[in-house]
Amino acid sequence: MRLLINKIFLALSILSAGVGLAFLAWILITLFMKGLSSFHFSLFLNDLIEGGLRNLIVGQMILAGLASLIGIPLGMTAGIYIQEYGQGRYAALIRDLSDIMMSAPSIVIGAFVYAIVVVPMGGTSGFAGAIALAIMMIPVVINTTDSMLSLVPRELREAGIALGASKYKVIIDIVIKAAKVGIMTGILLAFARIIGETAPLLFTSETSNYFSLNLGESFPSLTVSIYDLANEPEESSRDLAWAASFILTVLVLIINLTGRFITRNKK
Amino acid sequence: MPVMKIKKFSFTYSGVEHPSLKSITLPIEKNKITALIGPSGCGKSTLLRSMNRIHDLYPGNKYDGKIELLDFETGKYQNILEIKKENEFIELRQKVGMIFQKPTPFPMSIFDNVAYGLKIAGIKNKSELQDRVEAALKGSALWKEVHDRLDKSAMGLSGGQQQRLCIARAVAVKPEVLLFDEPTSALDPISTGAIEELIVELKKDVSIAIVTHNMQQASRISDYTAFMYLGDLIEYDKTENIFLNPKEKQTEDYITGRFG
Ligand SMILES: Nc1ncnc2c1ncn2[C@@H]1O[C@H](COP(=O)(O)OP(=O)(O)OP(=O)(O)O)[C@@H](O)[C@H]1O
Ligand SMILES: [Mg+2]
Repeated sequence: MRLLINKIFLALSILSAGVGLAFLAWILITLFMKGLSSFHFSLFLNDLIEGGLRNLIVGQMILAGLASLIGIPLGMTAGIYIQEYGQGRYAALIRDLSDIMMSAPSIVIGAFVYAIVVVPMGGTSGFAGAIALAIMMIPVVINTTDSMLSLVPRELREAGIALGASKYKVIIDIVIKAAKVGIMTGILLAFARIIGETAPLLFTSETSNYFSLNLGESFPSLTVSIYDLANEPEESSRDLAWAASFILTVLVLIINLTGRFITRNKK
Repeated sequence: MPVMKIKKFSFTYSGVEHPSLKSITLPIEKNKITALIGPSGCGKSTLLRSMNRIHDLYPGNKYDGKIELLDFETGKYQNILEIKKENEFIELRQKVGMIFQKPTPFPMSIFDNVAYGLKIAGIKNKSELQDRVEAALKGSALWKEVHDRLDKSAMGLSGGQQQRLCIARAVAVKPEVLLFDEPTSALDPISTGAIEELIVELKKDVSIAIVTHNMQQASRISDYTAFMYLGDLIEYDKTENIFLNPKEKQTEDYITGRFG
């Protein structure tokens, strides 16, 4: 009887894993075929207005980079605070808040930033987009920092204190170093997540057909342009959207693999 | 002469009703090894961890009595339970070092591990740092094994080497007292032997308190032994007296293996 149940469970697990993998393969194959057939190296050299993707790729990177510049320090500080210093209500509050923020739909975050940044500033801008992405990123960074620091053994902190180091010095010199790999991987995965986001940018940065480094105006975004291009009637636009999706997927894949590679090599 | 005098010391953990230590009075003799033995949960670690006030990392514990530490310069005793200021804590912990059950190498190079306490003590001069690190590693019988890879990560050492590194790190700041909490229970017999030898060697320079579950270890290396039971100090005497001629029945039962 036990054996039979085991076998049924095994069969069900294999079946569901197979279905999952099949869909993943289907998506990837479609993406690669459609993407590769419209892919050309000149896409990297021309801007959208000339039928290329250069400005969009650069713009997306700048948005995600700026979001990281805001999100990583804030998220790490908060994560360190709740794990190392917070025992009372504040830490619990921040932890709960961060959990809620993590599950907030990205379109809601986009709408929120629209209301508090775009409307007062009188228009969409690269800044607004980066802020929306940073808000997406912060709870993930808080969560990773918090949980990676919690894995550092108590004795390691005590050993630092026992040598006369003050608490903050132990945290900076020892605890963060011990958790470095985990935190870095988490941050990389958070980056991979925001770089592929569309909804938070849709009405914050929008997108632009031209190359731009001016964060005060509508800013080129790969994801938002994919959304726009896919809705255009012409075949050529949709082909370009496929190529852009392909490039984005490869980019996210590379970041993810780098994250895994770091973890594997350091452990 | 005792380097530390524990007087009527009681300790109650935060959120717990019953005290884990009840009015303990015990000396830690200078340049001797004092072993703390007793069944699990009797309060050995609690007592040891009071001697450098590492408990203070966690708020809410209650304690009472005195723990007096000899100041080598003035020859006077200072009650370490009265310490409140940050710089006094740093001073206390540089005088009273600690080695844990599991080796605790820091995630940095071998050199930086040993130099860590020295840098905190304010030593910046490069050549002085180098000399002190070398001396500490030699004093911990680790120099031969690591002198050609001081800049390599300490995480790459074996468990026994890591534990000796932790001892070197503690010895480097020239403490008066070293506290060991079951320092060999995570190690193989050969590494254990090396650490025991090292501890005996160290008593030239420091006074030592060591918690151990291993009766043979206590009788092999210690000069004095304290037997604790349920938060009480049952008996304290020269080690040979405790093991050959205990006065209390509980002590005898414990060392002959009838309980614990
Ligand atoms: N952080 C803590 N909070 C509350 N009670 C504690 C705490 N740590 C230890 N205790 C209790 O205090 C008593 C003494 O514990 P302690 O760790 O000092 O024992 P021990 O003699 O070192 O035991 P072992 O040989 O198992 O290490 C035990 O009853 C234990 O349950
Ligand atoms: Mg213990």
